Amino acid sequence: MHYTLLFHGSPEEFSLRTDPLRQEEYSASWIHYEKVLRDSGIFVSGACLYAPETATTLRRREGEMLVQDGPISETKEQLGGFFIIDVPDLDTALEWASRCPSNAVEVRPNLPQMK
Amino acid sequence: MNAHNIIEDTARDAYGRLISYLTLKWRSIESVEDALSDAFVAALESWPKAGIPDKPESWLLAVARRRLIDRARRERVSERAMSALIALSEQSEQKSSAGTAFPDERLNMLFLCTHPAIDPSIRTPLMLQTVLGMDASRIASAFVVKPSTMGQRLTRAKAKIRTERLTFAMPDAEELPHRLDAVLEAIYAVYGSGWDDYTGVDPRRKGLVHEAIYLGKLLANYLPGEPEVQGLLALMLHCEARREARIDASGSYIPLSEQDTSRWSTQMIKEAEHCLRAASHSNRIGRFQLLAAIQSMHAQRARTGSIEWKGIALLYEGLAKLSPTIGVLVGRAAAVAEGYGMERGFALLEAMPCDKIMNYQPYWALKAYLHMQLGRQEEARSAYSRAIGLCEDPSIRQFLYQQANRIT
Repeated sequence: MHYTLLFHGSPEEFSLRTDPLRQEEYSASWIHYEKVLRDSGIFVSGACLYAPETATTLRRREGEMLVQDGPISETKEQLGGFFIIDVPDLDTALEWASRCPSNAVEVRPNLPQMK
Repeated sequence: MNAHNIIEDTARDAYGRLISYLTLKWRSIESVEDALSDAFVAALESWPKAGIPDKPESWLLAVARRRLIDRARRERVSERAMSALIALSEQSEQKSSAGTAFPDERLNMLFLCTHPAIDPSIRTPLMLQTVLGMDASRIASAFVVKPSTMGQRLTRAKAKIRTERLTFAMPDAEELPHRLDAVLEAIYAVYGSGWDDYTGVDPRRKGLVHEAIYLGKLLANYLPGEPEVQGLLALMLHCEARREARIDASGSYIPLSEQDTSRWSTQMIKEAEHCLRAASHSNRIGRFQLLAAIQSMHAQRARTGSIEWKGIALLYEGLAKLSPTIGVLVGRAAAVAEGYGMERGFALLEAMPCDKIMNYQPYWALKAYLHMQLGRQEEARSAYSRAIGLCEDPSIRQFLYQQANRIT
């Protein structure tokens, strides 16, 4: 069963990526986390995303396409990356999610792939 | 303790007694729970203003009784059950007005929650909910389970108790040791199973520690002569005594052997030692007494300034014979490494079954440390990587990262 772990970060967490004192430790924690998922044979795919201010949002309103700078919603916590993992059940997915370096992670079951 | 805490403790204590008492008569944990949680909310609203009543149980029982009768009427419960309920409420009214002590059925409840017919994975959550009145969402957080799933599992377990009419009676003498084990196991799981030097403090379980010790003391009150009950209590108190010392001012994790002993709670250590002495009178050694004895040896560092690793290794040897859990085997390897040399400790780690250790973070943290001590830098780096990747606790993750960075 595939589950997607959606990692959300606060502005403070995003700022760790460029903090000269802490960026090395921060990125190392993600590298080690991803490596464990890969070594355990459950990693399907995933990506780390650039910060939310780099986002471009397209929204169709009354038939007209609007293009805007920034993410879809201006919430405090923004999507920073995601991993898809292949594990037997939700309990196991949550166990792996609890090990991620992010302070907020949303876990969702993936719909079965269409053939 | 402030007024609110006193009220909450009093209400909770009464809640546990009442739920056990009412369920014994009424058999449906769900309806009793609903009624009592209403009463509990009413108490938290009323007591701060009106003061704690002389007989908190009677107060809560009176409110719960009204709710139970209302519900029974709504659901058109059979006449027979209805009259049983009314008889019960009269009986309890007499009890409280006669001033006799309210019957405490919580011990029965602890045994019911760990009944062999109940799935082991739901025993501890069931205990937290029925004896302590903890809500499903908090229990779900503690066990990293989706709250709605946890709610369903609890409901299923309670339905099983009702439909299979599981026995509420105390197990007999022959059955007791085995059944007691299950109760101890479940309480230990509340504290956070597999506690050892390398995992340290898990903030997720912080609130549960208080509950675990509460349950341990409750059990010790009922069964003062059972050495393993005292052993479990000693173990939890020893670990708890060091809570403050596990994290420094900046929030960094400090391993047990490097903790500032002046920050340990001497009061709790004294209490723990008292339990351990009480346990030893019966001359029946067991798993929890051994685990507590290991913590007791660590506690001696406050007096002697050093750690008796060889003595600790010996205790682990005994534990490994009694219950070779993965936590015990890793603990033994660490003690042997310190007491008899890194190579011997490492050999013990290598002998552990592969499938058990793959995702066990303390194993990889110890392996990395031993590789480093033995000068094998590449291997140390790789083991640290795995330990960091498996780590749930940010302060331990940071600690491991700093250790890994010391590799040249």
